[in-house]
Parts: sequence; structure tokens; C-alpha cells
Amino acid sequence: MLEATKTEQKAVLKITYPKFKYEISKIPGAEKIMLCFQCGTCTSDCPVARFSGVYRPRQIIRMTQLGLKERVLKSETLWLCASCFTCTDNCPQDVKVADVIRVLKNLAVKEGYVPPVFKVLASGILDTGYAYRIPEMRIKKREELGLPPLPKGNPQSLAKLAERIDFKKLLEAKSEQNG
Amino acid sequence: MAEGELKYFIFLGCAIPYRVSAYEISTRKVMEKLGVKLEEMPEFNCCGLPMDPVSHEMMVLLAARNLCIAEEKNMSIIALCPGCAGTLNKVNIMLKNDKKLREEINEYLKLDDLEFKGTIEVKHLIQVLNDDVGLEKIRGAVKKSLKGLKVAEHNGCHVLRPKEYMGFDDPEDPKVLKALIEVTGAECLDYVDEAQCCGAPTAGINDKIPLQLSREKLTNIRDVGAQALITICPFCHMMFETNQMRIERMFNEKFGIPTIHYPQLLGLALGLSPEELALDELRVKPTEQLKQIGM
Repeated sequence: MLEATKTEQKAVLKITYPKFKYEISKIPGAEKIMLCFQCGTCTSDCPVARFSGVYRPRQIIRMTQLGLKERVLKSETLWLCASCFTCTDNCPQDVKVADVIRVLKNLAVKEGYVPPVFKVLASGILDTGYAYRIPEMRIKKREELGLPPLPKGNPQSLAKLAERIDFKKLLEAKSEQNG
Repeated sequence: MAEGELKYFIFLGCAIPYRVSAYEISTRKVMEKLGVKLEEMPEFNCCGLPMDPVSHEMMVLLAARNLCIAEEKNMSIIALCPGCAGTLNKVNIMLKNDKKLREEINEYLKLDDLEFKGTIEVKHLIQVLNDDVGLEKIRGAVKKSLKGLKVAEHNGCHVLRPKEYMGFDDPEDPKVLKALIEVTGAECLDYVDEAQCCGAPTAGINDKIPLQLSREKLTNIRDVGAQALITICPFCHMMFETNQMRIERMFNEKFGIPTIHYPQLLGLALGLSPEELALDELRVKPTEQLKQIGM
């Protein structure tokens, strides 16, 4: 996947959802979004922003405050966050920026925007317990090396839990992400 | 548990059995030497971290399941991967402190006859070494000083951040891993942006930024003259070690910095052989470094 193109930045400012910030601030992790006064500590400390031309945590927070719901949720840039939590630890307003971004990602998923990598990881977890499917060769190698067998996953019980929270439904992408 | 006996469930996570077994092998060897007992989890699922961007609720449930399974045997968890340590520790604290969340999660876990009670702890390998085993005991177990060897460290984000949950070290200026390195006799050098992310978490989304981040760190490490980089995270290790030649090709420059799992370094100091510590699994071979310390 590529970074968002310049067209996104040139898009007309269209406030689609003025109450977005109130909705967001009710979700655990994003309670303090209104406290952001746009100082830019998050962006200046962000390791990804150093190399990305488009990923700017401050901008994501501002767009959310403004109510640019579609632009925020559709944007691929949201997914560039490495969850290193530097922004969260350094925010002078204690906004917990990385958690707000996680809340936005979760909402984006609900709207049908799921980067393919997460479907692969989720299917591994639900089928085997492990996010990466451990190759047979590795399991044999463990034996040869005298390592204990890997603990088994419990797909039946994970399936029950997943069903209770409608997890599988989340992974069916419904919409195209913006470039 | 007998007085003074240290015993944990070892939580391997997904990346270590998938690609980074040298970290597991060396950890088991070192812990045996230090008298720490490691037992296998009776059942396992991913800590939940990779699902947090998709569904926070799923992440909490996945973590909580592991915590409950360990609680049933009254065993605390030692995690080798900072992602697992950070996630399990965070959810453990969240569920211990937030009654409403605990009740909600327990309602789901009932399906499995599981219940979160909040009776165990989760620690990363370096927390166990620093807090439970202790630097003095480790120093006393060193058989072969690695004096003369100059290395640099990279912690990995989730062992340090968010500070609210991990909190055992300073995320801006981490000292625990440095102290653990210096116990071996090796010198741990300071360098620019020591605590900066390796980039691994964005690898599934973008193919350039993670390599740019790792390259910058390797450059900073090379600039201070470190002979090796010491890691405590399977993902950071994959970025700096497995991907090092790819980074060299991409940016047309040479690093040749062996990237060693901390328990491999400690193991050498405890008198274990390079073979026992699976040092041969490294792509960037620490041949010169081993020669220097007489191996």
C-alpha cells in the first residue's frame, strides 16, 4: 500500500459530522481529545512523521475535532501509526494521542476500511491461536533442538468469543480506502 | 513456591516461534544458569496486540484469556516480546483497576469457564532479570567478562511505553538494559535517539518507512563505534538483523553490525558457548567480536 497522495491534502474542507468529536470522546482512550490545543508535540516527536510526507498525528486530531469524519476514517495515513506511544507519553495535555488513533482505526474498521494484513493476522489467531501460522518445519526443528512443544491454541473457544463480539463481521471490508 | 524460588510461565508470543528461535533458545539457557524455572503455558493465544487496531475489545479478550489461564495455575508470566509484555501487563492493570471493565470482560470469559481475578503479574525478561534475579546475582554468576567489547542497546517501544503502564524505566533515557549489559563487562555506548522506534509495526502497511527508521538507527549506532547492537524484541531484531542486508542494498551502504539478543550476550558472560546460544543463527556474523573476547 502506498502513502496517501497529494489530492487528499487538496480536498475541499467539508465538515460532514460536526458532532464527531463528542462521539469520539465517549470511547475509552479518546476521552481527552478536546484538550488538544494543536501544539504539535505529537507530530514533532513522531518517528513515522520524520519519514512520511503525510502522516501527521496533530492533523488527525484536528480533523477529528473539526468533524471531518469521512476523511479521517477513509484515510490510509491513519494506519501508518506505529503505536510506539511516544506521542502519548509526551503530550502536555495528556490527550493519549496513540489511543485516539487506535479508537479511530477501530471506527474505520467498523465502516469497512481494513488493511489486508489484519485479516491475515486475525485468521491466523482464530485458526491456530498464533498470529503467524508456524510452519511444520519450525515445529520439527523445535523437537530437534530439544525445545518444548509449543502450547496449543484453542480455536473453539476463540471462535465463541469472536462470535459474541461480532469480530468476524468487522473483517469483511465493505468499502474502498482512499489513496 | 519455595522461598526464593523464581518460577514463571514463559510467554513466547507469535513472532519468536515463527522466526526468532535463537532468542528463545538463549533465554532458556540463561535462565537455567540463573536458577529461574520456566514452565510452558498450558494453552496459548496471541497476546492481542496485533488486533488492537481492528478491535480493542478483541485485544482485551485475547490478553485476558492468557492472564486467566496463568491465574488458574497461580503463575506469573515472563514475556520475551515487549509487545506481549506491554499488552498483557496493560490489560492486567486495566482489569485490576477498572471494576466495570472487569465485569464486562468476565461476562464474555464465562463462555470459557474463565474468570479474571487479578492474582498474577506480567513482566518482560529484562524486568525479571533486573528486579527479581537482580544485578548482584547476575554479576556473581559471570564467568567470563566481556570487557573491551563496545555495544549499543535498543529496547523496543512497548517495554518502555506507555509509561503509565510499563513505568519501570525512563522511556526517554532507558537505563535497565544498559545496566544489564554492563554487568557482563561490555561497555554500552550512548547514541542519538536511543529510544526511537525501529519501524517494525508499520511493516505491513508501508514498505519504505520501517526500513528508513531502522537505517537511521543503524547509522547512529555505527557513528559511535558500537561493535554490536543488543536487542530484547523479536520484531526489532528482525528489522536490524534479518533486514540489515536489505537495508544495505536499498541505501547502498554497509553496516555489518551484528545484532545480538540480550540473553545471547549474557550467556557468553555466564560461560555458555556460542553454539549453545544459537549465535550461528545470526545473518550478520559476530565473528570478529567473538574472537576479541577469546571465542
